[in-house]
Amino acid sequence: MGSHVIYEWIYVGAVVSLLIWVGAEAWYGEKLLHEVPKDHITIKVTGQQWFWTFEHPDGKREVGTLHLKAGKVYKFEITGKDVIHAFNIPHFAVMIDAVPGRINTIWVKIPEDAVGEYLIQCREYCGLLHYNMRANLIVEA
Amino acid sequence: MVIEIAKPRPLWQILFSTHHTDVALLYLITSIVFLMLGGALALTIRTELLTPGTTIIGDADLFNRIFTVHGTTMLFLWVLPFISGVGNYLVPILVKYKDMAYPRLNAVAYWMAVPGAALIWLGWSDTTWMAYPPYSTMRAAGPAADMWIFGLKILGLSSILGAINFIVTILKCKHPDLPMMKTSLFVWSILVTSMMTLAALPTFTAALIMLYTDRLGVSGFFDPARGGDPIAYQHLFWFTFHPEVYIFLLPAVGMAYELIPKFSRKPIFSYGSGVIAFVLLSIIGFASWAHHMLATGLTFTEKTVFMIGTLAAVPMSAMHVFNWMATMWGGRIKFAAPMKFVIGGIMLFFTSGAGGVVNTTLPLDFITHDTYWVVGHFHMMLMGTVSFIFMGFLYYMFPLITGRMYSERLANVHFWFAFIGTALVFTAMHIVGLYGMPRRVWDYVPDPTIIALNQIATIGAYLIGIGMAVFIALLIRDSVKGKPADMRDPFGIGEIYYDYRRREPHH
Ligand code: HEM
Ligand SMILES: [Cu+2]
Ligand SMILES: [Cu+2]
Repeated sequence: MGSHVIYEWIYVGAVVSLLIWVGAEAWYGEKLLHEVPKDHITIKVTGQQWFWTFEHPDGKREVGTLHLKAGKVYKFEITGKDVIHAFNIPHFAVMIDAVPGRINTIWVKIPEDAVGEYLIQCREYCGLLHYNMRANLIVEA
Repeated sequence: MVIEIAKPRPLWQILFSTHHTDVALLYLITSIVFLMLGGALALTIRTELLTPGTTIIGDADLFNRIFTVHGTTMLFLWVLPFISGVGNYLVPILVKYKDMAYPRLNAVAYWMAVPGAALIWLGWSDTTWMAYPPYSTMRAAGPAADMWIFGLKILGLSSILGAINFIVTILKCKHPDLPMMKTSLFVWSILVTSMMTLAALPTFTAALIMLYTDRLGVSGFFDPARGGDPIAYQHLFWFTFHPEVYIFLLPAVGMAYELIPKFSRKPIFSYGSGVIAFVLLSIIGFASWAHHMLATGLTFTEKTVFMIGTLAAVPMSAMHVFNWMATMWGGRIKFAAPMKFVIGGIMLFFTSGAGGVVNTTLPLDFITHDTYWVVGHFHMMLMGTVSFIFMGFLYYMFPLITGRMYSERLANVHFWFAFIGTALVFTAMHIVGLYGMPRRVWDYVPDPTIIALNQIATIGAYLIGIGMAVFIALLIRDSVKGKPADMRDPFGIGEIYYDYRRREPHH
């Protein structure tokens, strides 16, 4: 049997190389996402049982609906008021927890041709109406 | 042969016994009962999700309680007691000792699980099995959440007592003629997971006390208004429960090592590689806990560290798979039920392993985290691999426990329903997660694709349900009426079966 163990080492080597490659790609991708482009617009997002509130830079507040402009870069500053929620726009892969006592940030560039209506939802269990903690994202031209 | 069905013993003799096979039997019966109860809850959940809006459960409150109790039951009242059951049966036999090191402590550990289970099932909490604060401390209704906390506390203590007992039995009571490097890999798996239990569990035990005092309002560990931090709980929780997922998995890996060489009629490809993979994983398993928290707002450096820690644990699982394949390679495989379940389990292990790698790939976790994808991932592992190998192993031990043989034909029916069902449910869940469906929801967006995928998942769940109904019927019927087994080699694979011994007198 002994000499066959070499195959196992070759195989382990292949698995490890594959993982290093995956890890490096992931690290690089995450790094790109980490740098928020300079010309962004900041939106303050607050989650509470069981609705979302949005505050624009000019102080205008919206509840349950968020109006954004196509082609712009937005940075969301997200927090939770009562329990932990998670701010999620599935269509644009925006997702981060809304944690009481913390502000988490995430950014997104809305493509030029993305005019339309999208779903905003909560993705962290937050009690009775978690399933229905949704809001509307309206992307305008 | 332990429950001598032909010559029954009074029930109280088994209940009050401290003999390892009796305690093992209690553990096994308990775990199977809870597998069925937890399964009934799962079918209820899937039925509710068959259509958008109310299907059978009128409100989200009941639904939330059902999935909380389902998750808690499956992890702590099915997987863990089953491991203790098989460990109790086999570890003393495999290390050639007359019993566990501390037989009375062993019985105490079992009997602690009973009030623990009762608290969970009578309380009916809605905190989810992770009980994240501030929901669990400020909003979750009492007394359900308090009962859940105490239930887990008792179960945790019972696990720690069990782990100490296994470690001492293996290290101190092993027969002097049996070197550690010749001891069965199943014993190794119990040894490393017991050590992991001792290292991992105290953290969660502390976190439970903190949850409780926070609930009482006398402390604010997790309350930002009092200077606490809810994320601190998640670190404590996952420091215990990421290693714990290996505590669930490794005994199944050890059982696969027991079965594969026997049913392939070939020696194990590399015993040494199995030991190395166990020991390394038990250490590296502690370096990845925060991969469950990638969306909580960790810094870039923290995320990188935990991604590396997670990926570093993958080669060990890959080594086990290689070892199994190489052992089967060129063997004369006997496809009896135990082997079918092991092979099915290994096939599903690939899917869940690959899915896990996707989860930890940083930018992708934002797509999968807290969606049904994650539910698909861990069920592929816990149902597809862990529970499959457990059920296969139960078939293997059936003659040892009952002195009888199970019906291979029914076991085959059980296997195919369970296998096809599992593949369907959890694949559909992965996909519906990619469509953005969050986990832990009583209702979903009525989009045609999402509805269709949910219905496929529900049909798959019913197939598993049919398989499990056959399983339980078989277990009951054949332990009473099965034909007597050939106790030297019940499976006709030319291997000596476990050292068949009459029960020794009571302690
Ligand atoms: C190849 C090995 C594995 C990798 C790389 C891996 C990775 C991950 C990651 C990154 C997550 C977090 C996903 C998220 O919530 O965003 C996760 C979740 C989970 N994994 Fe794995 N995993 C592996 C194997 C296992 C095993 C062996 C088990 C159990 C036997 C397991 C059980 C779980 C559970 C229970 C969860 C979800 C916990 C929850 O949120 O309720 N995984 N896995
Ligand atoms: Cu929520
Ligand atoms: Cu983990």
